[in-house]
Amino acid sequence: MKNTLRQIFHSPKFVGGFCIFVFILAMMIIYPLINPGDPLERIGVETFSKPGIYFSMYDASTTKTSPFRLADADDKRVASKLSMEDRVAMVEWFGLAEVDVEGVSMDDTETLLKLWDENYSADKKIKMTQAKKKYFKRLNNSIQSLKAADKMEVVSKNPESGENETVTTIDKNAYVNVSDVTNTKILPLGTDNFGRDVLKELVSATRTSIGIGLIAGIVATLIGLTVGLLAGYVGGLVDDLLSLVTNLFTVIPSFILLILISYSLSQDQRGPSTVAVVIGLTSWTWTARSVRSQVISLRNRDHVNLSKLSGHSLVRIILTDILPYIASYVVMAFILQVSSGILAESQLSLLGLGPKTTVTPTLGLMMNWAMLYSAHLNGSWWAYFPVILTITLISFSLNLMNTGLDQVFNPELRD
Amino acid sequence: MSKFDPNTAKPCLTGRGVTKVFGMGDKKTVAVDHVDFNFREGEFVSIVGESGSGKTTLSKMLLGLINVTEGEIDFMGQPRDISSGKKRKEYWKGIQAIFQDPFASYNTFYKIDAVLLDCLKMTGKGHLPMEKKVELMTEACSFVNLRFAELTNKYPFELSGGQRQRLMIARIFLLRPKILLADEPTSMIDACSRSTILDMLQKLREEINMTIIFITHDIGLAYYVSDTVYIMEHGKFVEYGPAEECILHPKAAYTQRLINDVPKIYEEWDLSTV
Repeated sequence: MKNTLRQIFHSPKFVGGFCIFVFILAMMIIYPLINPGDPLERIGVETFSKPGIYFSMYDASTTKTSPFRLADADDKRVASKLSMEDRVAMVEWFGLAEVDVEGVSMDDTETLLKLWDENYSADKKIKMTQAKKKYFKRLNNSIQSLKAADKMEVVSKNPESGENETVTTIDKNAYVNVSDVTNTKILPLGTDNFGRDVLKELVSATRTSIGIGLIAGIVATLIGLTVGLLAGYVGGLVDDLLSLVTNLFTVIPSFILLILISYSLSQDQRGPSTVAVVIGLTSWTWTARSVRSQVISLRNRDHVNLSKLSGHSLVRIILTDILPYIASYVVMAFILQVSSGILAESQLSLLGLGPKTTVTPTLGLMMNWAMLYSAHLNGSWWAYFPVILTITLISFSLNLMNTGLDQVFNPELRD
Repeated sequence: MSKFDPNTAKPCLTGRGVTKVFGMGDKKTVAVDHVDFNFREGEFVSIVGESGSGKTTLSKMLLGLINVTEGEIDFMGQPRDISSGKKRKEYWKGIQAIFQDPFASYNTFYKIDAVLLDCLKMTGKGHLPMEKKVELMTEACSFVNLRFAELTNKYPFELSGGQRQRLMIARIFLLRPKILLADEPTSMIDACSRSTILDMLQKLREEINMTIIFITHDIGLAYYVSDTVYIMEHGKFVEYGPAEECILHPKAAYTQRLINDVPKIYEEWDLSTV
């Protein structure tokens, strides 16, 4: 046993997969400790906030500031506020007013503003509709506001006198250290459509989904292995009966069966473990068939005959002479069942037939929410891409471990 | 060459009308068709036939690994009874086998020691202290010119084909059965190892007065080693009798053909009759 474990951990493939899987497991355990609380707590009022560090404007305005003189600060400020639409409108006005803008780039904020200041006047006689005239007036106002005063006053209304009182003035050159601000919120993956922390949700969803995958995999492998071993080794009538059942389950598309079973269970009964068992009950046929065919080819092998001649019992022959030879197949089947269980859950959840919503997140439900609220159309990649990546990583690491195990279980494959 | 005397030896395995049919209806195949035989104690019997003649099926029936469709088999003068697991276990103490493929005969996941320890357990020596067991295993290995100390803790795939087949003989040495069924034990190994193995089988037979049922496709080999030869064609024995008589004066056309197929060193080999 010790020897086998050592061999397993000497296989680079297994260790690679194991490290990825352990990293995912560690995240599942450690992250809730760092960031405790309900993963489905709605912290955001708006949907799909971008990933990043958020800090309270209210607190920042009263936080101690340090002045910096940065040469390009003004230009950057104006450039970031002057949208491309405004720039196009400015050039349009220059054209109407016959101002020479030859050779001036759209990105050259400084020259554009200088030309505007020199030439723009609301009273200038230019042939255009009243609406257009008003539009340019508004544009001028917003451009003027960009070059606002050096200071900004924060004013609050005195509840007694009803008069505005200056709370603080904010200098253009005043900077605040983010760590000094009392209330900050780090959202590494932003928020989702309900304003929930995506990373926190993802960690919780990964845990549930791996659980669903494992339960589905164990159920499917146990049923498949038992059916396959009995049908293959005992043969005869037992084989005929079990093969009939297996074929029946194979002929009925398991996904349709899955949908029907899920649909017939009410919303309240459809917890993650129920869904996992349902997935397991519909996906064992593949394991059963491959185990059966393996066992049939093994049962007439000379080493099995020799074991019989050595007086070993049926159970012992199955356990020592058959099972080790198909162990890699069983492990492979189990691993495929786990990843296909996770995928099946996502598919069911996408159709709204997954576990009961809004109680526990699963990877499938997160995809479902992202899709329902068009995250893929409005560019909110953080709501679905990390989910896809997690599913891929789980499945990749499991398969890598499987390949490594295959080499250990099958001594003739060893390097 | 041997101490076997056909006039005084008692029968140990006899069969009457033994038949094996696979499948049914249109797919019915009669692998072994009503064969009668009488194998005697201490006899070296060869069953000769080409591939598909039913030799291996017959051997599996004799071993009790597959059911007999029709016919009776007597073991040591009594009707053979292998209806329960316990009775089968008892039967297998009396009859053992060496298989054709030395590479497939071992469970790859267990060390060689396990194979030999199983034999000690089967012969009721499982309770002996480890030193005594090692001594017995060393004795068995040295009988087949292997050194137990070199083999212990090794996996079967670390051994050569010849070594594995010799270890199988060591296993028989420990089990000391009444009958040994050797199903083409030399067909997968080279000619040098082949003579060693045949020599060991002869030695073992003399040592423990065992009947050897030697299954082969090589009639030349059968002539050199056997007391009695059974020629098998399409599931039937077409000819049988003492080796000298059967092979030097063959009656059946099939036997003559088999003899012609043996390559000879000093004569031109006539392939046209094949």
